Amino acid sequence: MTEDGSPDHALRLSEVSFAWPGRMPFSLDVADFAVRPGETVFLAGASGSGKSTLLSLIAGITNARKGRVEVDGRDLGRMAGPRRDRFRADRIGIIFQMFNLLPYATGLENILLPLAFAPERKARLDDPKAAALDLAEGLGLTSDLLTLAQAHTLSIGQQQRVAAARALIGGPQLVIADEPTSALDAETQLAFIDLLLARVAAAGATLLMVSHDERLKGRFDRALRLEDVAVTRKAGR
Amino acid sequence: MILFRLAWQSLLNRWLTVGLTVFAVALSVALFLGVEKVRTGAKASFANTISGTDLIVGARSGGVQLLLYSVFRVGNATNNITWESYQDIAAREDVDWIVPLSLGDSHRGFRVLGTSQEFFDRYRFRGGREITFDAGARFDDLFDAVVGSQVARALGYDLDQEIIVSHGIASFTDHDDKPFRISGILAPTGTPVDRTVFVSLEAIEAIHIDWQGGGRSANTISADEVRGMVLEPNAVTAAMVGVQSKLQIFALQRWVNEYPEEPLLAILPGVALGELWDIIGVAETALIAVSALVVVTALLGMVAMIFSGLNERRREMAILRAVGAGPGTILALLIVEAFFMSLAAIILGLGLLYTGLLVLRGYIDGAFGLYLELGPPTGREWAMLALVVFLGTLVSLAPAVRAYRMSLADGMQVRS
Repeated sequence: MTEDGSPDHALRLSEVSFAWPGRMPFSLDVADFAVRPGETVFLAGASGSGKSTLLSLIAGITNARKGRVEVDGRDLGRMAGPRRDRFRADRIGIIFQMFNLLPYATGLENILLPLAFAPERKARLDDPKAAALDLAEGLGLTSDLLTLAQAHTLSIGQQQRVAAARALIGGPQLVIADEPTSALDAETQLAFIDLLLARVAAAGATLLMVSHDERLKGRFDRALRLEDVAVTRKAGR
Repeated sequence: MILFRLAWQSLLNRWLTVGLTVFAVALSVALFLGVEKVRTGAKASFANTISGTDLIVGARSGGVQLLLYSVFRVGNATNNITWESYQDIAAREDVDWIVPLSLGDSHRGFRVLGTSQEFFDRYRFRGGREITFDAGARFDDLFDAVVGSQVARALGYDLDQEIIVSHGIASFTDHDDKPFRISGILAPTGTPVDRTVFVSLEAIEAIHIDWQGGGRSANTISADEVRGMVLEPNAVTAAMVGVQSKLQIFALQRWVNEYPEEPLLAILPGVALGELWDIIGVAETALIAVSALVVVTALLGMVAMIFSGLNERRREMAILRAVGAGPGTILALLIVEAFFMSLAAIILGLGLLYTGLLVLRGYIDGAFGLYLELGPPTGREWAMLALVVFLGTLVSLAPAVRAYRMSLADGMQVRS
């Protein structure tokens, strides 16, 4: 613990062991992996290397068989399912590679969506709608674009920025991004990362981003390879 | 709250498939309720074929058989009642009125009924409604005939037209020497009255006066000659009887059934109609079964549609999970969605049914004599509607559970 009582890790995995059962068994072990609060971490890994599984574990969507997955000093494995869902909603913002948005809702509705499940994040905002539009403006999205059009009519780049705003609204402690730039073209990739990092810094959040594009890693506090963090095994054939 | 909005938006987003599915369920609901309306309407119309008559008296046979030939003009009498017996019954103190029914002849496929003028006063249908005339009046002259609405329409008859009565039900011999004149055309009743030609009892006697044992005798008597003769029948086929007080019905029935001079049978029309409905009511069960199957099929279609939509909605589920929705929320989302769809389907179904009823009931009453009530749904119908919503929601559990499992297994991966 630090002096002011907040945990010294935004995220810490220790002695974690996870296995997918079934015909194509797959296991993932993490001895020790920690991220300081406010740190931005780049995790490089090819697709199929187990990064989605790692992120699922960190987000508490899947559960480790053994070990501790701590977010903000709280062990996800010791929470019951509904508590964990609520915890994820309150503390973690997630950006996917693509298909981030509910296609039938507007961008604004998509940004506000997590607040329905995250009372802590909602309580931090006096005017959620204004906060959402503010965030989006910082990411270069106009309010007309967010309120008038359904999400599926936006360009991929616009969709990813809406997703970033959604991950950041209400100030979650941890933002997880799973290849958020891979659907973008080379020029917009760097612009997107810069915008994202600026917003994350402004919110004082911690960022863990997984990507195979090592060009981006220089912009982060720390860059790691997935192999350095986790041992994965594909058993059988 | 957010759950309802999401379910609603998601449905709107897939409006075409959802709309078609809802429409299919709505149609099946309308069909089921329509069958129910027709069934109760048919049953009520049938039970109201004859009312106001306390007893029907005929030769001894079965109750249903007597009802069939006397009221529905189906089949033939096994035997007749002699005129003496008829007079005996008519003379009794407790008998308020009696109307003779004499059957046996036909006119181009329609039965000819010999009766008294009083028939038009005493015959009641559909809860006491009286026979009315579309045109003309009762038979007055010996060779006057009154035709039912269907007879007039099918054969294109007008007032004062001449018609020939045939001997027997299906014969080639006509009473062509004694033609009748149409004096009246009845309004539709939805009963066998519509398919009957009415003449006086005396006329039946008159056209058979020169007949012996099923053939015309050598000594013919002309239509003019017969007017001067005494035309008292030897027998009638059956009789409708009204009593002074309802309390006397059973006493009179027993008296008739125990009448020593000849074997007679008296039946209560309502009871016999009930027995007859029990026989033909099998069809109603079949109708209900078929329409219930239609509802089940439509609900299965809805489940199939939800199932097939699951794959393309995997990303929707993954996004909701990522922003903090529990798998229970995903489950609830799909169930709420199915609930909405079923609810929309029964509302639309009711709309279709009542629109259909409003538009068609007049035509159905006129064409088939089937009177359909336009009242609100009965308790039974409400229960059935509730069951559709319940079943629709229940069957959606299958895809909902699958979505729940998928959202657990997919984890962070967004597939599409």
